[in-house]
Amino acid sequence: MVKKITSWLSVGLISAAALSGCNANTPGGQETTPQGTAEEVDPRGQILALSCASCHGTDGKSVGIMPGFYGKSASYLKNALMEFKNDGRYSTVMGRHAKGYTDEEITLIAEYFGGLSQQNSK
Amino acid sequence: MSQKFTRRDFSKLFIAGAAGSTLGVFGGATPLLANQKRVVVIGGGFGGASAAKYIRKLDSSISVTLVEPAATFYTCPFSNWVMGGLKEINDIAQTYDVLKSAYGVEVIHDEAVEIDAANHSVKLKGGKELKYDRLVASPGIDFNYDAIEGYSEAAANSQMPHGYKAGPQTELLTKQLQEMKDGDNVVICPPGNPFRCPPGPYERASLIANYLKKNKPGSKVIILDAKEKFSKQGLFTKGWKKLYPGLIDWRAGSAGGKVTAVDPSAMTVQTSSGAVKGGVVNVIPPQRAGKIAAEAGLTDASGWCPVNPITFESTIHPGIHVIGDACIAGAMPKSGFAASSQGKVTAASIVRLLQGKVPAPPSLVNTCYSLVGPGYGISVAAVYKLTSDGIVSIKGAGGLTPMDADDDQLSEEATYARGWYNNVAQDIWG
Ligand SMILES: Cc1cc2nc3c(=O)[nH]c(=O)nc-3n(C[C@H](O)[C@H](O)[C@H](O)COP(=O)(O)OP(=O)(O)OC[C@H]3O[C@@H](n4cnc5c(N)ncnc54)[C@H](O)[C@@H]3O)c2cc1C
Repeated sequence: MVKKITSWLSVGLISAAALSGCNANTPGGQETTPQGTAEEVDPRGQILALSCASCHGTDGKSVGIMPGFYGKSASYLKNALMEFKNDGRYSTVMGRHAKGYTDEEITLIAEYFGGLSQQNSK
Repeated sequence: MSQKFTRRDFSKLFIAGAAGSTLGVFGGATPLLANQKRVVVIGGGFGGASAAKYIRKLDSSISVTLVEPAATFYTCPFSNWVMGGLKEINDIAQTYDVLKSAYGVEVIHDEAVEIDAANHSVKLKGGKELKYDRLVASPGIDFNYDAIEGYSEAAANSQMPHGYKAGPQTELLTKQLQEMKDGDNVVICPPGNPFRCPPGPYERASLIANYLKKNKPGSKVIILDAKEKFSKQGLFTKGWKKLYPGLIDWRAGSAGGKVTAVDPSAMTVQTSSGAVKGGVVNVIPPQRAGKIAAEAGLTDASGWCPVNPITFESTIHPGIHVIGDACIAGAMPKSGFAASSQGKVTAASIVRLLQGKVPAPPSLVNTCYSLVGPGYGISVAAVYKLTSDGIVSIKGAGGLTPMDADDDQLSEEATYARGWYNNVAQDIWG
């Protein structure tokens, strides 16, 4: 079973290596620094957090009835998500979503958005 | 076989993959265009526009060209609301102005007619040829008109619209409903699984019933279904009883619902238990991946595109990522929400791959809101992760609006459905 995932992974990696023309994993290999981001964000936190924007707007800047959370701190967000997860806060769908993440993933999501707001307020 | 595989193990595997793989070998490297990495996206709908925006947002050094024939994209989400008279067609129109001006996406209004996977290039109808390092294809669906005797694209554009790509089809169906004689019936024929937006035909039946109740009290909705059951069935059925008693007649495939042929000029639908006549007949044919996907050899025998569930890269043609309705995405339904979620995951993966880094483990999500009545909303939600079985929904999370939800909660869900549309449209095109 693990073999299957490893094979999915290596397909992506091998073509990555082919495309970038360098060994993806050699330290000091020519990794391009993205222009958009000054600091490296946690890629796991990022991919988890991208989901939230479909209902709460890009970067949590809501234009609809759903609450926006851009500018909120990581600890505020973590607390809110944990409350949704543990049914400590009333919701229509947030409880159903929050239960899909481990506590660690919730921390990563909260830190991603907390960090975003901080970065831009500098 | 049922070895337990936790998400923690999974993350470890990604790191192990990064540390211990045989990446020294890399033949056939693609020549890069003046150092700038180039991504071409086919289709400016839910999947394609999301991928285009997010690649630029996450790494503005990558050039992104989006190919989409239409200057205005009409969303299928909320097109049922238009048919029911709750929204105008302009309310579901999206454009590419912000993608161009704020995100620097190059938008070409043309159609991709040929993909050369070996040479990493796409030919457009207008004659242009675009080279890419990575291609994203989100062409949506194509209809299998031949599956229903008597039905055709011409019939869909005149007497019996499908209303399953928004725009002129939405307007035609809306106009037919308005012009229908009171006392005539609306016949809706949903296809078997899998198809775009599993709750779509039933939300449509709901909002048409809402319109008929007010405007043509002698008419009703008959659903001739190819299936034995349908998405959110319990919740829909409960809502129909409450809001439209006797107005919606759903017939399962085995109970006379299965459509065998249609006669567009007579406005009749043939089933195993006889002919049904409609004042409006909405035939939703079976579907497959958008035409360009099949032509490029990206589909398998099912008519849909198999992909690597980490990056959505085609398992047939490397370098091409297929997302949205066209791809086979495990437990995920063919929804706009899912297509956008896949678009963002693919954007993040492509950025990492082009930077020569390992993509993060995918995390995907879906929420499908359906309006049963103007103040009566229901939803189904899921969070998805990758296991060795592919993309699965996480147990204990997601699920339906509770069957015993009170009026306040149902009304809140209707409000959130509107909020979802505003934010998802902003997140994709805004
Ligand atoms: C009635 C109805 C209601 C729905 N309601 C909801 C809802 O409430 N919530 C939800 O999440 N989903 C809903 N959906 C589903 C949703 O519309 C689809 O799942 C979604 O559009 C899929 O996104 P996509 O990117 O795969 O395809 P699309 O959004 O259809 O985009 C495909 C695009 O590709 C373009 N294209 C195709 N071929 C080419 C080519 N060769 N070259 C260039 N461009 C090309 C097309 O012009 C099109 O713009 C609904 C669907 C219907 C029919």
